[in-house]
Amino acid sequence: MQDTQAIRQLVLRGRRRDAIFAIIGLICMMIGILTLAVLLAGLIQDGAHRLNWSFFENFPSRRAHQAGILSAIVGSSLVMLITAATAIPFGIGAGIYLEEYARRGWVTNLIEVNVTNLAGVPSIIYGLLALSVFVYMLDFGQSILSAGLTLALMILPVIIVSTREAIRAIPVSIREAAYGVGATRWQLVRDHILPYSAGGILTGVIIGLARAIGETAPIITIGALTFIAFLPASPITGDFPFISFEWLESPFTVMPIQMFNWLSRPQAAFQENAAAAGLVLVVMTLVMNGTAIWLRIRFRKRIKW
Amino acid sequence: MVEQNNMDMSIRIAHKDAATTASTSPSTTLKAEVKGLDFWYGDNQALKNINMRIDESRVTALIGPSGCGKSTYLRCFNRMHDLQDNTRYGGEILFQPDGVNILARSVDPIEVRMRIGMVFQKPNPFPKSIFENVAYGLRVRGQKNRSEIADRVEQALREASIWDEVRERLEDMAFNLSGGQQQRLCIARALATEPELLLFDEPTSALDPNATANIEDLIHRLKEKVTILIVTHNMQQAARVSDYTAFMYLGELIEFGATRGVFTNPAKKQTEDYITGRYG
Amino acid sequence: MPADSINRLSDAPGSDNRFAYKPTRHIGERFIEAILFAVSMTAVAVTVGIVGILLFESASFFDQVSIVDFLTDTQWTIMFADKHYGVLPLLAGTLVTSTVALLFAVPVGTIAAVYLSEFATVRVRETVKPTLELLAGVPTVVYGYFALLMVTPALQWFMPDLPGFNMLGPGLVIGIMIIPYITSMAEDAMRSVPMQMREGSYAMGATRLQTSLRVVVPAATSGIVAAYILGISRAFGETMVVAVAAGQQPNFTWDPTEPGATITAFIVQVALGDLPHGSIEYQSIFAVGLVLVLMTLLFNVLGHLARMRFREIY
Repeated sequence: MQDTQAIRQLVLRGRRRDAIFAIIGLICMMIGILTLAVLLAGLIQDGAHRLNWSFFENFPSRRAHQAGILSAIVGSSLVMLITAATAIPFGIGAGIYLEEYARRGWVTNLIEVNVTNLAGVPSIIYGLLALSVFVYMLDFGQSILSAGLTLALMILPVIIVSTREAIRAIPVSIREAAYGVGATRWQLVRDHILPYSAGGILTGVIIGLARAIGETAPIITIGALTFIAFLPASPITGDFPFISFEWLESPFTVMPIQMFNWLSRPQAAFQENAAAAGLVLVVMTLVMNGTAIWLRIRFRKRIKW
Repeated sequence: MVEQNNMDMSIRIAHKDAATTASTSPSTTLKAEVKGLDFWYGDNQALKNINMRIDESRVTALIGPSGCGKSTYLRCFNRMHDLQDNTRYGGEILFQPDGVNILARSVDPIEVRMRIGMVFQKPNPFPKSIFENVAYGLRVRGQKNRSEIADRVEQALREASIWDEVRERLEDMAFNLSGGQQQRLCIARALATEPELLLFDEPTSALDPNATANIEDLIHRLKEKVTILIVTHNMQQAARVSDYTAFMYLGELIEFGATRGVFTNPAKKQTEDYITGRYG
Repeated sequence: MPADSINRLSDAPGSDNRFAYKPTRHIGERFIEAILFAVSMTAVAVTVGIVGILLFESASFFDQVSIVDFLTDTQWTIMFADKHYGVLPLLAGTLVTSTVALLFAVPVGTIAAVYLSEFATVRVRETVKPTLELLAGVPTVVYGYFALLMVTPALQWFMPDLPGFNMLGPGLVIGIMIIPYITSMAEDAMRSVPMQMREGSYAMGATRLQTSLRVVVPAATSGIVAAYILGISRAFGETMVVAVAAGQQPNFTWDPTEPGATITAFIVQVALGDLPHGSIEYQSIFAVGLVLVLMTLLFNVLGHLARMRFREIY
């Protein structure tokens, strides 16, 4: 059909195009990673000198060099506590139900479609839902409780999906073995499904919490204050019953909102604070996500069905 | 149904004859010569010192228990292993008439694949129309002339005995064909570029008996045009379609010769055990 | 449960059936199942909640503002004395930033996905894929910093007339943010194209690029479209980058070098101020939120139709 020379030309041209595409592809692949590097370098350059103990111990202040992120860190931690306490049981429970209990039918389909759709809903919409339901209808106010629940709703799909994936990786033979020795469905879930899928579930939980900790828009929408120079009431008290839930109703700020607040000021000194807060935030999320990925790789290596 | 069976029978008879001629007449041309072929997946040696001759316009069958390396061996001929990391060839496959070692580092696997076609275990049409599937090889070769492409596609579909079934629906998706039709389409796809050697990797293992008979019939007719190397797990199939048979076991070539000889009078004990069904 | 009927059959009165149901165990199991079911229904409740709230609050908004004005007025000046309620400036802002983002992210993300799936070694792929996840996890407010204080100044090098607040910089940064999503999902789609299909192409003498573009990408179209739809949804919904770097100034323009506000940026802006429950400002953020959800929904439906058209059959 074609002589040797022509084919050789053709192959050569194809090879050249492969090589050119490989270079373009490599560049495209690196864009995101290089951006992160540049971003980190920028944050370090602008904000690293602000990272000293007083930055972590101080409240926000009108004087940029005295301002710190104490109230934001405490606020973020308490909000995460609520988020974790609600999203984890609900997410795992729903994941277990959908994989192990649900019978094929329209109800199950409805739940599945909703989980998928919720994963695609813009985060600020959760803020609107929370503003109307948590803040006003249930009258939780613009509190830590409202914020924690808002973020819990937002990361629920993440936890449900990763729980389902982790459970699905367990082979049917395990289930048959458990049923074969007379286990009930719940015993199967408790003794086998949950322990074997714990790694995958944990990964999803960490990724979800990392997303929640960096999320700004829905918290602003429910009306978190940006300037908080006090701490919520301590959860542990000196008097009986030694535990107080007053902090749940406390006004608060969180890390990303503190950063946003500094960022929207025109003075360079506050923008340095923003860079420092951003650095803390980025490192926190990178560490959390990195841990999650590392755990996942480890669990995958360890368990080979 | 009845007709199919008759056809089947006639092929069988025709092939016994072919095998006889092949074994008796030395006047065949050499298409490829395998010399001391080794192959490694990482540290794991999958093929050990294989030596073999492949005659032009003949069908050579590779048989052996699963895992014996027959598919691995077949895939050396068009350098499919190059697509995986951490694989290594040793020895030579000298391709005639020019005697180039197609395993050499200096040889471009893409060039090899332009001359050596392959049909896979499971029919693997592309998610394109029937026409585009067959035209693919031509397009990959930079062929732009529409009428020439159309001619070649028709010719290839005729050669693969599927033209009559698809002539009215060339723009249909290839997935809409039955399994057997898909496999003949894949054969047409390979034929469209006029390969010198055609590799078949268990081409009928995913097909029903009727479709299998069609493909075997086709292979029998194709050998006029192209040299064929076929891996099969089905010994009857090897006996029906091939002129020569190679028996492989644990990565080694145990026995190689005219098909009739290998099946009726195996020289090695392992071959006899396999053929009589003692392991498989 | 079929087990119930079996139970009743075997449990004839008076018989001493050692295989009989243990009622306690049965009740416990049912109880747990009921709890898990209730927990799963949260997902449905949240959806119902979102739709219900948006419709309810928007209804109060549209009691006071005509839908025609809302859809045709080219000014959105809810914060001023002379109030106009035209959603077009916000819609334009959202579309402009998203278009900039997608024009950047779709080609880059797709090429990166093809490279990862078809060209890169296993080692590279296994290193880069988790890195993409890390990138997707960076908080968006930090990307706002990036857009305002790094990207826009860099752009001003080439375009000295570019204002400090503009939609181009945030658009590009949103693009960078959604690249990991597009790359990761499109790569998954290409990876799941069966190996035999690639082998079929390579066996014909095709090069990597030919195999990628003529076989793998067409076969994975449905998944790639899904990746784009996810990217579009993310771009529409992205809030902080535009709130920080685009100027929060509702501006009916299609020019990305001008400042502007998106739907999301407007919601943030209003929420930051004093927001009395039940006021028209309060209701307006639900009305524009409804628009955002409908836009996202529209593109998801279009995407779904496109996917049905290209769905893979292998």
